Amino acid sequence: MRPRFLRTIFSSPLRAFASLALLALIVIAVIGPAIWGVEGDTPNPTTLNAPPGGDHIAGTDALGRDVLARVLAAGQISLLMALSATAIGVVLGTLLGAVPVVLGRRSQRILASVLSTWMAFPVLLVALFITILLGPGTVTAVIAMGLTMTPSFGRFMQTLAAEIESADYVVAGRMLGIRRGRLFRRYILPNISEPVLVYVTISIGNALLAMSALSFLGLGVQAPNYDWGRMLGDALPNVYTSPWAALIPGIAIVFAGITFGLAGEALASLSRNRGGAARPPRGVPTPQSPSAMETSATRLNQGNESNTEAHLVSGRSLDGEPLLSVRHLSVHYPTSDGWVSPVRDVSLTINRGEIVGVVGESGSGKSVTSMAINRLITNPGQVQARQLSFDGIDLLGIKEKDLRAKLGSRIATIFQDPMTYLNPALRIGTQLTEVLEGRSTRAEARERAIAGLKELRMTKPAERLNQFPAELSGGMRQRVLIAMAQIADADLIIADEPTTALDMTVQHHVLAALRKRCRENGSSALVVSHDIGVLVELCTRLVVMYAGRIVEEISVEQLLRQGPAHPYTEALLASLPTLETPVDKPLVTLPGQPPHPGETFSGCAMAPRCPFSTDECRTVLPQLELVRPATKAACLHPRNHAIASTERQNLDIA
Amino acid sequence: MSHELGIDPPVAAATEPARQRQQAETTRTHVWIRFLLRRTTRMIISMFIIVTVAFFVVRMSGGDPVRDALGPTAPMALVEQRRAELGLDAPLLNQYLHYLFGLLQGDLGSSFITGQSVSSVVAERLPKTLALGFIAVVVVLIVAIPLGLIIAVLTQNGRRRLTEFSFSGLTGLFLSIPEYLLAVGLVVLFGIMWPVLPIAGSDSAAAYVLPVIALGAASSALIARIARVEGLKVLGQDYMRTARSKRLPKTTLYFKHALPNMLTAVLTLGGTTLGGLVAATALVEQVFNWPGLGYTLIQSISARDYNVVVGVAVVYATLIIVINLMVDVLLAALDRRTALLEI
Ligand code: SF4
Repeated sequence: MRPRFLRTIFSSPLRAFASLALLALIVIAVIGPAIWGVEGDTPNPTTLNAPPGGDHIAGTDALGRDVLARVLAAGQISLLMALSATAIGVVLGTLLGAVPVVLGRRSQRILASVLSTWMAFPVLLVALFITILLGPGTVTAVIAMGLTMTPSFGRFMQTLAAEIESADYVVAGRMLGIRRGRLFRRYILPNISEPVLVYVTISIGNALLAMSALSFLGLGVQAPNYDWGRMLGDALPNVYTSPWAALIPGIAIVFAGITFGLAGEALASLSRNRGGAARPPRGVPTPQSPSAMETSATRLNQGNESNTEAHLVSGRSLDGEPLLSVRHLSVHYPTSDGWVSPVRDVSLTINRGEIVGVVGESGSGKSVTSMAINRLITNPGQVQARQLSFDGIDLLGIKEKDLRAKLGSRIATIFQDPMTYLNPALRIGTQLTEVLEGRSTRAEARERAIAGLKELRMTKPAERLNQFPAELSGGMRQRVLIAMAQIADADLIIADEPTTALDMTVQHHVLAALRKRCRENGSSALVVSHDIGVLVELCTRLVVMYAGRIVEEISVEQLLRQGPAHPYTEALLASLPTLETPVDKPLVTLPGQPPHPGETFSGCAMAPRCPFSTDECRTVLPQLELVRPATKAACLHPRNHAIASTERQNLDIA
Repeated sequence: MSHELGIDPPVAAATEPARQRQQAETTRTHVWIRFLLRRTTRMIISMFIIVTVAFFVVRMSGGDPVRDALGPTAPMALVEQRRAELGLDAPLLNQYLHYLFGLLQGDLGSSFITGQSVSSVVAERLPKTLALGFIAVVVVLIVAIPLGLIIAVLTQNGRRRLTEFSFSGLTGLFLSIPEYLLAVGLVVLFGIMWPVLPIAGSDSAAAYVLPVIALGAASSALIARIARVEGLKVLGQDYMRTARSKRLPKTTLYFKHALPNMLTAVLTLGGTTLGGLVAATALVEQVFNWPGLGYTLIQSISARDYNVVVGVAVVYATLIIVINLMVDVLLAALDRRTALLEI
């Protein structure tokens, strides 16, 4: 038992320090007056105001008394006063906290308002006042301090009682018919003793500081007795000639104050640990996991490298370089039980003027991919990629501080949630126009903001600029977010579920505006959505994501003509009640849930849900491969449209 | 009729928004007026209670102030005469009503010792305390909130453990040093060991430096801690990601986008410490020989100059109530939803 207790104490430097300091204080308080009392009381006319050194380590005061001996001897009364005041506060506070139980609701409310008025006044002022009432002196100062502490204790006890009343174990205990006394002793007391202990410890420290202030003012301990505050007050007039006489008791006060504060914190940390609450993960284990993942991923893909490279789904644009080029992108986050990877080994290119759609369920990694592309993944998230370049800018290597100068607003993001992505404290106009700061005048920026809102069919656009987000509906806020991205004249617009809060007509209009902008300015867009129907309407190429990986990449033209190659895409399309869906096919809905980003699989992530899965699917990870023109799929058994068409071709030839 | 109908809708459409806006504005004004009325009433009630308590507390405490003021050798007749002059021979309730009545006219009675009217003492001393307290409050807010935010930025996502550790250590230290003690420490350091700043009086701008530091350090530490916690909360919000995606300059990002969103919480949690700061002038003035109200309060307590004690205590209480009210008004003004005005 004993060694365990000691181990608990010394397991943290905080606890070790607090315990030792507290022990030192207690020892000084107990033996102080007996050992140093006489020396501290004896004036010595030959050594008035002697500086520290020699016989007097901390010097002497104006009467030639040894300062250190006095400080050590005064510890007892200083601590005793603080302890007694706290005791008074605890007892009266508990009584006061219990009063509302007896009183009616109305008196309860009155009491609460009296308490809060009382507590609105600084401790010092109240203590001063009560001391005036009772007259200066040790006992009266203690009572004054105790009374001053009473209301906050009362409030604390009341809150605690309310918490306990509604706690599960008390409710359960009552239902089980456990007697009140037993309930209190066995269940309530152990649970409240810890917070009370923490609160009391911290209060002793506060009481000590406040009491020393009273003594300092001459309202507490009276001569010839002395506590630390009194010593400080007495030394103040001579502070020029013998500052040590004031400093040493001051250090004692601060030391005692800090000790009780730390002891309170140590107690609190102790009870937190014992409570078994999940401790936050300590530090970020940057080393192994992701890099290990990366190397294995690298190895895995080495063989397919040429394959992936050779068969780009869509042709490169005339000036060669694609606008955005992502190769083998992975994103990792640390959690309490290891690393999770919401994005795994994603490769993607976007050409100038192209609109690419990314589709998938929530949790498929599509939003995280779009954030990684715009360098918005922050610590502790880790981004890894073989290549991540935008118009010749290496987004992986570029330093955070160069982003503004080099990238600026050339990539603009339309975020998903209109309720949380607008700053509630800034006007719409400010948020819309600030990207243009330094590029155009205020009036011009305003004009463009109004035009942008008008283009998205926003009513009263000029007035909106002066409003705050809270004054706008969800649909309007979403359009503000869209306008915010469009006003920047970005080369690449990343839109994350841009139309969820809009009704059908507005949605169509907004998408048309986006398409028009891309056509006119030659900008590109990456549109993320769970709604494949929206994307088919808007994009030229689709990327389908599942469990952090791209499972299919297909041109919209191919998709419409031949249908998808991956069973998952097929399921997404089939669950869509549009005119494009063949009516003769049964509506395919996938059973089950997509996997958690922390899960690892040896085979295809779709296998548990896939109607076409075989044993092979569970062991072999399918790679993204060209399965037919303008269609890449990561599936061991791609849907047979392609085969059907090749067969047809073969037949034709024959 | 029909042509009236034809003209009506556009007119209505044109005036509708304007009228709505006007309506919204008047409601907001109304809410404000009600808020201020309610708060002022509450303040007057608190003041009344404080005056009453202060009066009776001081009058009922032991001792004979007149005897003390005149000295033990003064003849009994003189004491009696002085008593009558001060109205101390009347029944307590009469004295109280008299005091209240005087108070309404700005008369706080006069000093037992000097005979000077308390209101003139207050008028003379209050400005010095106000200047000290006001400067300290402003300095605390200007230093602590941005400091907390900057530390939050530096230490977000568990980065820079050392910065975080030194920050909590230093703020913890300043929270454990009472104002008066820090005042003494500063006097020793900057007045005696390294005499660069004035340590007594209030005659120069430099004389404000040490008292303001002594008063503000603990409150700054507390508010900076709160600001760091709130700053971390705000930095994790989605709208900060929006702002980051715009690649704004760092100062714009943090001080324009993050700061306003944390102010409300910081002021709610840290506002009460400002009242404590003002109360601490009583002690700090003592150390720096600052000719303010706090100095007067302590002097008059020691001298049992009761009229001065009550008068000054009431002024102090008023100051604290006003500070708390100002924090509330600021909070209500910062709040876009006017919800706080209902309290
Ligand atoms: S690899 Fe197998 S389990 Fe995965 S999608 Fe293709 S058929 Fe289904």
